[in-house]
Amino acid sequence: MTKHVLFEIGMEELPARFIDDAQQQLKEKTAKWLQDLRIAYDSITSFSTPRRLAVRIENIADMQTTIEEEARGPAVAIAKDETGAWTKAAIGFAKGQGKTVEDLVEKEVNGKAYVFVTKRIEGRATKDLLPEFKDIITSISFPNNMRWGTHTLRFARPIRWLVALYGQEIVPFNITDVETSDITYGHRYLGKSVKLEDAMEYEGKLKENFVIADANERRARILEGIEELQTEQAHVIVDEDLLAEVTNLVEYPTVFKGEFEEMFLDLPSEVLIISMKEHQRYFPVKSLEGKLLPFFIGVRNGDDTALDTVVKGNEKVLRARLQDAEFFYEEDQKNTIDHHLEKLTRVVFQEKLGTLAEKTERVTALTERIAENLNFSNGMKDDAIRAAEISKFDLMTNMVNEFTELQGVIGEIYALNYNEKETVATAVREQYLPTHAKGELPESEIGAILSVAEKIDTIIGIIAVGMTPTGSQDPYALRRQAIGVLRILEEGNWEMNVEDLLQIAYGIYDELEIEKIDDYKEKIHEFFKLRASYLLKEAGIEQDIFQAVMDKEIGNFTYAMAKARHLSEKRHDVAFKEKEEALVRILNLADKAESMDITPEAFETDSEKALYEQFEQSKIDFKAHDEAHDAIQAFEQLEALARPIHGFFDNNMVMTDNKELRNNRLALVAAISSLILEYANLALIEWKQQF
Amino acid sequence: MNIQQMILELQKHWSEQNCILVQAYDTEKGAGTMSPMTLLRSLGPEPWNVAYVEPSRRPDDGRYGDNPNRLYQHHQFQVVMKPSPSNIQELYLESLEKLGIDPLQHDIRFVEDNWENPTLGAAGLGWEVWLDGMEITQFTYFQQIGGLEASPVSVELTYGIERLASYIQDKENVFDLEWTDGVTVRDIFYQPEFEHSTYTFEESDTAMLFELFSMYEHEAKRIMEKGLVFPAYDYVLKCSHTFNLLDARGVISVTERTGYITRVRNLARSIAKAYVQERERLGFPMLKKGEKIND
Repeated sequence: MTKHVLFEIGMEELPARFIDDAQQQLKEKTAKWLQDLRIAYDSITSFSTPRRLAVRIENIADMQTTIEEEARGPAVAIAKDETGAWTKAAIGFAKGQGKTVEDLVEKEVNGKAYVFVTKRIEGRATKDLLPEFKDIITSISFPNNMRWGTHTLRFARPIRWLVALYGQEIVPFNITDVETSDITYGHRYLGKSVKLEDAMEYEGKLKENFVIADANERRARILEGIEELQTEQAHVIVDEDLLAEVTNLVEYPTVFKGEFEEMFLDLPSEVLIISMKEHQRYFPVKSLEGKLLPFFIGVRNGDDTALDTVVKGNEKVLRARLQDAEFFYEEDQKNTIDHHLEKLTRVVFQEKLGTLAEKTERVTALTERIAENLNFSNGMKDDAIRAAEISKFDLMTNMVNEFTELQGVIGEIYALNYNEKETVATAVREQYLPTHAKGELPESEIGAILSVAEKIDTIIGIIAVGMTPTGSQDPYALRRQAIGVLRILEEGNWEMNVEDLLQIAYGIYDELEIEKIDDYKEKIHEFFKLRASYLLKEAGIEQDIFQAVMDKEIGNFTYAMAKARHLSEKRHDVAFKEKEEALVRILNLADKAESMDITPEAFETDSEKALYEQFEQSKIDFKAHDEAHDAIQAFEQLEALARPIHGFFDNNMVMTDNKELRNNRLALVAAISSLILEYANLALIEWKQQF
Repeated sequence: MNIQQMILELQKHWSEQNCILVQAYDTEKGAGTMSPMTLLRSLGPEPWNVAYVEPSRRPDDGRYGDNPNRLYQHHQFQVVMKPSPSNIQELYLESLEKLGIDPLQHDIRFVEDNWENPTLGAAGLGWEVWLDGMEITQFTYFQQIGGLEASPVSVELTYGIERLASYIQDKENVFDLEWTDGVTVRDIFYQPEFEHSTYTFEESDTAMLFELFSMYEHEAKRIMEKGLVFPAYDYVLKCSHTFNLLDARGVISVTERTGYITRVRNLARSIAKAYVQERERLGFPMLKKGEKIND
């Protein structure tokens, strides 16, 4: 008869964000384990709450499947001597397999005869194998682990009980000092401890004890509760992430509605939302018109006993938070932008790099130069400069001091309150974008250049004073910021080389009287190259290609990206093989040249004249397409050189004894090489055309 | 229940769990964790169970006594148990019941909150405990202290006394809380709140504070080299408080903070190491003979 198995790991409250993944892992690991063990079963069901992870194996077979396995021995030619008698090799093989030569059979594999034995692997009793489940439990991986008490085990949170049931029997094992049993625990306050008679009664018994072990059911109950409380005029904003979190913060959800005083609605909605969602895990409520209403939806872990008290408590907490925010907001409004800006003169940005006011000056100068370089209209340039001048004022407000995650967001709201232009206010917010490597980019052009200027200033400054990030040490998040800069340049299709952008910034830093390390420009350039490589790699470009493309410089990053994509295709293109060989041959020979001074009259043969003519033409056409950053067309001009290059090498002896002739030919090679290198160092690419 | 009774109840409860009741430590600090009774004693293999009230100064939270929820100085009730007992959550919940908080009438939750104090090179995992949405306790299993692995692991409970009292006494304003019969928080603490806020935000001599920071740092290093762990640690606490005053005055930028924090952390690390070495030299006197340290 088949039985059911239940394993439950009881813990101190797991972080909500760990739970879904851990449940998934537990289920998958269990399935894989049973498969490896050759134990049959009908189905696996998994459960999770903040205090438990559980898995049930239904109708598990009581034995492993018995299997027959063939083992191959030596070739017959070796297993038997001339007389047909078994050799030592055959006897040894049979013995090694726990058999005798009588058990050996002959079979052909790929036309050659071998000896085989058939082995039977007897299935063991499931019961004896189940204690190994301990290793499944300890192999669950969590975003971070901890130790507790005197134990060396690292796990998400301390394990407090273990249920391990096979039919009605307890599967014996222990983790730390916790022994398995058949007793589980209900809701911390509403439930009791429960002795389980069978795995199938698990979720039912728990429900009687105020624990809903199925996360989907908890989620559905929360949504139902929300549905009951919302009306057409007041609908609840259900953020999926918050819903998932709340689902995993409770074992038995009861949804409630709370209120706050209407006067708090005068606060910026971002502040209200962050107070409700991030800090208290409440769902905000909006009107039909999308305006916030003075309500919130919370979820209690428990039933509706004394729900009034709970609601009142929650309202009190939110009120205190909003009172705080209101105090900050009012204090801030009493002051002007200039007041906040003045404070920046007293705040150190970095010991060697001066105050935030000084940083702002640098960022403003840089913004102006970038705007000029990009040919912004005067009006836009002025807006950009204004945005840069006021960019950091909100850091001095009470509100940002309290809600640091709202830097820039508060800047935008306050700038509008202070009658700044909308474009300026938006840019103040957008300067911090992207906030992570793949985050959203500034949408406005002014926001984009302010964001670039702000980041470039930090990167150059910090590296210039000798704090280049190393290993895990990147306290100023310079890597993320450099990636942000490159992404803005790329996606905004900026007409600006990375090197030129850095040059503009160096112009400001060169004048600065600060202690700079000697080779900071090389370090910065190297740093950007690494970030650019990272982005190319993320885009699926292989290392040799991005090294080839950025051999000389990063240049225009959009163009570099396009070149890398084009070359990635070309490397597999059979038709390109011949061209690639021609171009790479030029690159390899170019070293031998002493100069690039070509004397056209000195060419003797038709083939060298033909190459020279094609080069002159390609050079002009390449330049046009290169300037237009057309990666495909530019490359075609190089490809056009391939045929005459082959003709040149087939018909001419480059390293001829005639020195004049040799130097002229080498000069042509070097000139072509230099043109190719403008595009990419093709010699660094591992060509993979298949034939 | 007034604050005085709350403290007495908590002391009684934790003393019944074999905690040593000690008194607040006499150097300014931002949190009860920073008392050497927690920070240093959590290090090394010796068992340690302690409970105390710690007045904690957070200059940045000063509000001139105007704000109903914020204080320059608030009180924490601190419990540390090493190694962490397996029923610590139950012991904690019992303590709430002794304060008259019936879990059935409320929503008490353990919400993930991993604690980190970079200034002290300390980190732990645990929760903030919510009472009907209000954070009333920080519950932490120390994993690292002063840059050293904490083993065995100590558990630390930090009750926010005023928070908890405002709930128990159902008061909207912290200054209306009853400390003892007929005496409110306002009576005792309003004037110092006002004056400390004025000092912190308007009158502090920042040049002097910068200089003090350097002096304290220097002195800590100097006496560290002489192996005087506890005096050196006092100077680290002074560095930390001075830094907090400067920070509250708004004269240290977000970026600059990192530098100062690193300086204090390096000190804390060397002190933590020296403390353990010193205890080892003394033969870990609080470790009973033959006691098992780890499994």
